[in-house]
Amino acid sequence: MMERVQPKPLPPHNLPELRQVGKPLRRVDALGKAVGATVYAADYSMPNMLHAKVLRSTVPSARITRLDVSKAHALPGVVCILTNEDAPNAKLNTDMPGQTGKKARSGSDAPVLAKDVVRYVGEPIALVAAESLALAEQALGLIEIDYDELPGVYSPEEALKPGAPILFEPDNAVARWKIRKGNLEAGMAEADVIVESTFKMPFLEHCYLEPDAGVGWVDEQGVINIRVATQVVEHFRSVARALGVPQNRIRIRGTMVGGGFGSKEDITVEIFLALLARVTGRPVKLVYTREEVFTSTAKRHPFTITHRTGVKRNGKITAAQINMIADSGAYPYLSPYVLLYATGMAAGPYKIDNLHVDSVAAATNRTFTSAFRGFGGPQAAVGYEQQMDEIAKALGMDPLAVRRANYMTTGDTTGTGQVIGSAVWPEECLTRAIAALGERTPDTPTRKIGRGFSSTFQSYGRITWFHDTSHAWVGIEMDGTVVIRCGVPDIGAGQSNSLCQIVAEILGVPLAQVTIYATDSAVTPLAGTSTATRQLYMSGNAVTMAADHVRKTLVGRAALEFGVSEEQVDLADARAFVKGDESTSIPFPDLVTKCAAEGLELAHLSQFNAPFTNGIDPETGQGDIWPDFTFGAQAVEVAIDLETGQIELLKSAACHDVGRAINKAAVIGQIAGGSHQGLGYALMEDHEFNGGVPRTTSFADYLIPTTVDFPTTEVIVLESGTGVGPFGAKGIGEPALTPAAPAVANAVADALGVRIPELPFTPKRVLEAIDKRRQKKDG
Amino acid sequence: MNSRLIHLTVNGKSHEVAVAPNAVLLHTLRDLGYTDVKNGCEIGECGACAVFLNGEAVNSCMVLAWQADHAEIVTNAGLGTMDKPHPIQEAFADAGAIQCGFCTPGMVISTKALLDRNPDPTEEEIREALSGNLCRCTGYGQIVEAVRLAAERLRRSSSSPASSLREAADDVTALGEQGPSQHEERGEPHSDARILPVSEQKEVR
Repeated sequence: MMERVQPKPLPPHNLPELRQVGKPLRRVDALGKAVGATVYAADYSMPNMLHAKVLRSTVPSARITRLDVSKAHALPGVVCILTNEDAPNAKLNTDMPGQTGKKARSGSDAPVLAKDVVRYVGEPIALVAAESLALAEQALGLIEIDYDELPGVYSPEEALKPGAPILFEPDNAVARWKIRKGNLEAGMAEADVIVESTFKMPFLEHCYLEPDAGVGWVDEQGVINIRVATQVVEHFRSVARALGVPQNRIRIRGTMVGGGFGSKEDITVEIFLALLARVTGRPVKLVYTREEVFTSTAKRHPFTITHRTGVKRNGKITAAQINMIADSGAYPYLSPYVLLYATGMAAGPYKIDNLHVDSVAAATNRTFTSAFRGFGGPQAAVGYEQQMDEIAKALGMDPLAVRRANYMTTGDTTGTGQVIGSAVWPEECLTRAIAALGERTPDTPTRKIGRGFSSTFQSYGRITWFHDTSHAWVGIEMDGTVVIRCGVPDIGAGQSNSLCQIVAEILGVPLAQVTIYATDSAVTPLAGTSTATRQLYMSGNAVTMAADHVRKTLVGRAALEFGVSEEQVDLADARAFVKGDESTSIPFPDLVTKCAAEGLELAHLSQFNAPFTNGIDPETGQGDIWPDFTFGAQAVEVAIDLETGQIELLKSAACHDVGRAINKAAVIGQIAGGSHQGLGYALMEDHEFNGGVPRTTSFADYLIPTTVDFPTTEVIVLESGTGVGPFGAKGIGEPALTPAAPAVANAVADALGVRIPELPFTPKRVLEAIDKRRQKKDG
Repeated sequence: MNSRLIHLTVNGKSHEVAVAPNAVLLHTLRDLGYTDVKNGCEIGECGACAVFLNGEAVNSCMVLAWQADHAEIVTNAGLGTMDKPHPIQEAFADAGAIQCGFCTPGMVISTKALLDRNPDPTEEEIREALSGNLCRCTGYGQIVEAVRLAAERLRRSSSSPASSLREAADDVTALGEQGPSQHEERGEPHSDARILPVSEQKEVR
């Protein structure tokens, strides 16, 4: 690989310096968290509160032949036990709120409590509520259950074979997508070389530090309240549907979330708490154990991806055929959409005129898979970026040169024919990441150095036929302090802070003068999900609209006061002043008082709508899917111990065009943190199953990166100012993770001279690869 | 199982509490209202529940409550408050070292344990000292930076009065007993925790 790379010059772009936006200010949520004052879902308690536990299946595929709760019920202190008989119609509808234009998927509804049949280890069967946690745990042990084990399927390939046991009629194919663009045969015929490769990746667990938790109760209006760690307060609708009550009788009060990464996008404890609170009439608390988090919450989809690519000698791709098989686990949850993401991004940030993609997600008797940071995008990248290096190898070309020959540029279309209107900077990002690695570390006799990189793109904002919206309210108080009301769940990525920093900028107040009330489905305007890298884009635009209204009032009234035009007035440091003559000014308390006395609008509720589209053509897969894309890249250097097979990550650098950084420190944190998750994906993490039985159910079995495993990724932030978010921002939450794993894969292949087809690159797999290479040489 | 009455001093405040023989200190502390002590894994792998036990940083999930009888415990909330944060807490906030914040209390405890014995640690020493504290959000870079920043600030103000645990805890108590009372301030009545003044200890049985 090329040792010295000059960063590609950036096109001229001029971002004005702002007063608050872009600055690495201390986040509004930081101090409370630092001193332990932030109260998380499991920290809440209420008077007269019960404690709940969930009885879960211990087998992956079985008929329940006997379920006897009588002994558990007889235990003093046990207040309530619920099984499917008590809530036969309670189903978990996993379709997302606000989604229209797409039929509900058949067979997608999971029973809240299993009826007759269990389909994975960890599936909920019964709920217990007792006076103490210890009693609830004891009661679980007293529930008698007999199973008649049924044949199961434990891989998607197996699930799709004729004669395989079917989880849901008519077949195990939960979802299929396809792309038909150009003429594949003609493109392949044009090629000088055809390169074919297959890549595999495992189940992953999110490993947020805060286990799922909540408290539910019925209030004095009869409304069921659920205080819960969630990425989606709009799940009140799904809870209402499951309970058969009107949607305005369920209130979700989100808490500060101790990490979500997509897993808290799905319903976790909400319906259990609602059912128990309704039946008992008492507050009920449910906190998952770490083991439950492993066995019973969503996982990242394992994928097997095959690329067949036709290329010219000069590196230009003439055609690509991509097949994807994903494991959806025992219930569909968001699998159809994760698969759509993987399909739509399957070809990477490259211009490929002749493209076929076929993808399928199949049901198996393993833990259900659903959203995980990147939502199928990272899996696609593990495929296309390794394939780019395989093409380079087949042609004897530099991998960077192959990418340069195929990069999209602004105005080009994606695999689904979507035109990208924002800056398309894959090469600008990649060349900077490579340059940041500096000098190559030399090999030693027992330690081989490898370098690799990847160039990726990732959508931000939800699928555009979901007709996504966000609402935000902004107001200024009589003393000049500012309030935001916005239903945004803060999952730790700085969602709340970004909104505060934007409003502080627009209204000209210090960040400390802005207070946000967030994540309550009843009292904060609904802002949609904290998923899909959409909150800065969606709610950032919503608060911008609302704050602009308030600003207009303040500027207009100040202009009148000063006897100047509105264009001559600016706001900063909680006062209005005349531009160029700051001595002519009025402090906000005085200005607001005047506005209030005249009945001027000092608060505003705004709704931001994402672009609405009608979906893609089901036969060709052509059409718009996302609002926009973030381009990024990563370069890494690894050292492989040829005797032990241990891989040491020596250097890592990532570069992303974030459009505009709202808070520079937060952006760096997102990229460095996302990178670490991606590095874990490549080098450590594997949620293993023995058939349908999960083998890694604790942090002792499932290893995630600690402080000593990897160096911190060096972060390079580019700001094209061309995103569709506020101030030209693009999203960075998910894109941050995407390039890390394929970069490592390419570095490992560079060091070994052979490619290990399956993540993660454990010492065992490395040693096998070294052996294979030796045999090849000897043979 | 017979409960046993134990005495704990947490963040300078005395508690008499009945615990089952198998009760884990983590749960006892959380039941007492010290919810800044986080439950992340219950097997000593994640470090979110770290506290000082007689001056030594431990994972409170790995200690039986009765083993802590008569112990002096300091949690992260015992080191500082919103109005008067500990320099380490302040450094974590300033350095962008906090995302979801769930690992932060344990991180702060481990940092304090490090800086108490080594006021000028290298990056390697920092990483080693925090290797028992998992964070899934940050990639650790800004956390290492926070520790460095805290060390620098503490060295600069080494005459700071609140340099010992005991004094830090006293400061907190004097500021209004931040531990359990946080819940009342947040409007969530907190009834299951058996927080009793020492004078009412007999009722616990």
